[in-house]
Amino acid sequence: MTIDKSNINRIIATDCGSTTTKAIMIEKVDGHFRQTYRGEAPTTVEAPVEDVTHGVRNSLRELEELSGIKMLDADGNIIKGNDKDSGVDLYVSTSSAGGGLQMIVSGVVKEMSGESAERAALGAGAIVMQTLAVNDGLLAHEKIERIRYLRPDMMLLAGGVDGGTIKHVLQITEIVGASNPKPRLGLNYSLPVIYAGNVEAQEEVKNILGDKVELDICENLRPSLEEENLDPPRQKIQTQFLEHVMSHAPGYPNLMKLTDVDIMPTPAAVGMIIRTVAKQEDMKVVGVDIGGATTDVFSVFKNYETEEDIFNRSVSANLGMSYSISNVFSEAGLANVMRWVPFDMDEVELRNTVKNKMIRPTSIPYRLEDLIFEQAIAREALRLSFDQHKSLAVGLKGVQKQRSIGDIFTQSESGSTLVNMMECGLVIGSGGVLSHAPLRNQTALMLIDSFFPEGFTRLAVDSIFMMPHLGVISEVYPEAANEVFQKDCLVFLGTCIAPVGNAKNEDDHVMKVSITFKDGKTDNFDMKSGELIKVDLDSEDTATVTVKPSRHFNMGEGKGKSVTKEVKGGNAGLIFDTRGRPFTMSTDPIARISKLKTWYKNLEVYPDFEGE
Amino acid sequence: MSQAYVPSLEVEEKITIQRERRLPLKGDTNVEVGSTVSQDTIVASTYLPGKPVPLSAAIKLGVSPSELEECMLKKEGDTVKADEVIGLAYSFFGLFKTPLVSPIDGSIDSISHVSGQIILREAPVPVEVSAYISGKVVEVDDGDSVVIETEASSIQGIFGIGEEKVGVLKVVSKDKAQVLKASDIDESCANKILIAGSLMTHEAIKKANDLGVIGIISGGINDKDLKEILGYDLGVAITGNEKGTTLIVTEGFGEIEMSPKTYELLCRHEGHLASINGATQIRAGVIRPEILIPLTKDFQTTAEADGGKNLRIGAEARVIRNPHFGEIGEVIDLPSDPFVIPTGAKVRVATLRLKDGTEYKVPRANIELV
Repeated sequence: MTIDKSNINRIIATDCGSTTTKAIMIEKVDGHFRQTYRGEAPTTVEAPVEDVTHGVRNSLRELEELSGIKMLDADGNIIKGNDKDSGVDLYVSTSSAGGGLQMIVSGVVKEMSGESAERAALGAGAIVMQTLAVNDGLLAHEKIERIRYLRPDMMLLAGGVDGGTIKHVLQITEIVGASNPKPRLGLNYSLPVIYAGNVEAQEEVKNILGDKVELDICENLRPSLEEENLDPPRQKIQTQFLEHVMSHAPGYPNLMKLTDVDIMPTPAAVGMIIRTVAKQEDMKVVGVDIGGATTDVFSVFKNYETEEDIFNRSVSANLGMSYSISNVFSEAGLANVMRWVPFDMDEVELRNTVKNKMIRPTSIPYRLEDLIFEQAIAREALRLSFDQHKSLAVGLKGVQKQRSIGDIFTQSESGSTLVNMMECGLVIGSGGVLSHAPLRNQTALMLIDSFFPEGFTRLAVDSIFMMPHLGVISEVYPEAANEVFQKDCLVFLGTCIAPVGNAKNEDDHVMKVSITFKDGKTDNFDMKSGELIKVDLDSEDTATVTVKPSRHFNMGEGKGKSVTKEVKGGNAGLIFDTRGRPFTMSTDPIARISKLKTWYKNLEVYPDFEGE
Repeated sequence: MSQAYVPSLEVEEKITIQRERRLPLKGDTNVEVGSTVSQDTIVASTYLPGKPVPLSAAIKLGVSPSELEECMLKKEGDTVKADEVIGLAYSFFGLFKTPLVSPIDGSIDSISHVSGQIILREAPVPVEVSAYISGKVVEVDDGDSVVIETEASSIQGIFGIGEEKVGVLKVVSKDKAQVLKASDIDESCANKILIAGSLMTHEAIKKANDLGVIGIISGGINDKDLKEILGYDLGVAITGNEKGTTLIVTEGFGEIEMSPKTYELLCRHEGHLASINGATQIRAGVIRPEILIPLTKDFQTTAEADGGKNLRIGAEARVIRNPHFGEIGEVIDLPSDPFVIPTGAKVRVATLRLKDGTEYKVPRANIELV
């Protein structure tokens, strides 16, 4: 559908999350697009309502109440066109409700075509429930059981380089055919299966699967060992998602009628925005969107083998702050969660607290202690998700390399992670626990404690959680999306300055810091190991910071080498962190609690916390 | 926010319910529209295809995949017996024979000349679907599903474990606050669904399981006990396949008095047959455990008119988060301006007057209507 941008003055966008449906209004104010109002309501994909449009309309009604602008007519339809008091010109939506898009992918070798298939699916906004491969360690009947049990929304089959043997990819295809897979949402349609493997096996794949599934064939996603071609399968996945999966989810056919453009999977929309930021700012970026059920991590880092900037997305399907909170707790373990909590809690009580949040996912912490505990769990959810991301954001495995004698000291293993936090210039957080933290300092510290930025790293947060909305708007009106993104979406929290290395003793000297502010004032200080301090610097301000690390520490130019940079401020200012990279926490409970209290006090994270 | 949707669990004294009983695959429906069924009537049945068993046939025979078909003594669709020779390859001018033996009783699903793999399939597995609730058949989708309708009391739990079960309700607590201990359970509880008060303890559950108790319903359970019972820490809450006594909690984790409405309704049904299902799915598309008690003709309703499910002044609401977790109060104010709570967050609140007279400004996200 073509949209006449010149007539767009008021846009509404919704994001249907697994817990909450969030609506925002964007209006042209004095010739500029600004985000003006925000409403939200519980998502209604579950019984008794089982229709996502109820939650959407409830969120729009809240927008109506707050803005005084009528958007829904008596039948609940969007009023088109706009005047001062009613109507909108464009309505768009993203969705991750209903558990998002859940896929099984397969390849021949798990670490090669298997991983490529995984990256294709993740980049298209899917959750990968299982990766099957000849060498996945499962016996054939176990693979069949997994497919039958998991009931994905879609499958992506890959494997084999073009011109290579077709035997192995067909073995996996036969297993898929034998399992007679059924889709998750209803028995009345065939499961969409995309084949993106060796092109010479296409005819055989049609023979095996043609009458059992909704087969769609595209180019090989790994045409050779050295090449990955992820765009064709990603586009197929998004098309199939709309045509087959969404049209069977509760209420989505109705929502599709309301929107002016196709509904986009939430992670795909956030991914678009992250890529745009990396390009515009010309820096390496890590982004995270922590939701109720899942956590998505996005990154743009340079692959030095190909000299290209590579975008990667990973999704941790069972790491989130409401539906999945109990899984975070069980995966991270009690000790890892409690290492961020500056007081003792009874195990029976804290276990019950976690489970009660899981069964009533929309409830929020009321007491400060509950908030501290919930933010401790968030740190662990983010850390675990980032670990998963690092293992997925890797160079291509299986690529043969010619090495010279000069590579002996520098060579990295084929397929090592592309994530290099020393190169990362910006970490962006999004999602309820980060965007809606009562204090921005809390958000800044949660990001630092889970991503452990190195060197100089700017921190930002999606102000009110609108990156998905802007992602989908950018499809039709990139200028409007970009303007709102710059002015209203990103809140810069400040810059984290952290050397890499660990001190041998607790009070060892780590670095000398010299700050020159714009007004010419200077601030010089020394930092010892295990410190975390804040220096105020407003969002609009810059300062020149010189860090001279001691000989065991590195600020990016080598151990002991001084680095000077112009840095930008933010709500949390400049945060200097000498707690060590890699970070370790004291195992002595008294020392740990004492450290935490000092850090939290220095950063004014929980100003009202008194603690014993 | 006047239209606010505040989620709450269903506790209905008398409601017409329908339950669809669907076959996993097409098969036979055994009842007709209008027929009356009891909980254990088999309403539909079918055969599930047997488990597929892949066999690397070409490798075992020592031939190339393209030669496999020639070596096969059986074709696709043929039945085979365990240890039966289904293929034979000759080598050295026919001097040596290599047999291919079927590992199972079943049939040959497919023979691939490309991968050299054959797929065998075990014998079909019979599946029967019972009515689960007593009532009338109101819809039959021939060979696929049956819908049964009945008038029942219906209670949604908040969390449960265990499969669908049918049994007689028995009250084992003196009130809604009593903790269920092992000493409260004896042989008379076998094959019954027990109604407890605020908590079911690990020891009580263990004893109930040993005695063959069908199910336990209580206000709460400690997560630590749940971990002991399951043998693992429940990460993703997808339950329903656990064996043994089905457990349903109505309020949450911890020791929490069962809501008076739920407790009184369950007590009124003591001695009646109930259908319970512990299946819970705390994901998008939430499934909550259920207790369904088809009504007898002499059952008298007492419920007052329902004031609707919208949050309004005068409504009764339960606090679902600490502090005051589980307490019930009356909504006395719904201020439109956000209020700063102790975490520092600015949120929309409701003012509740709790039973002890305390007035408590609670985030609207932390209450559910009773």
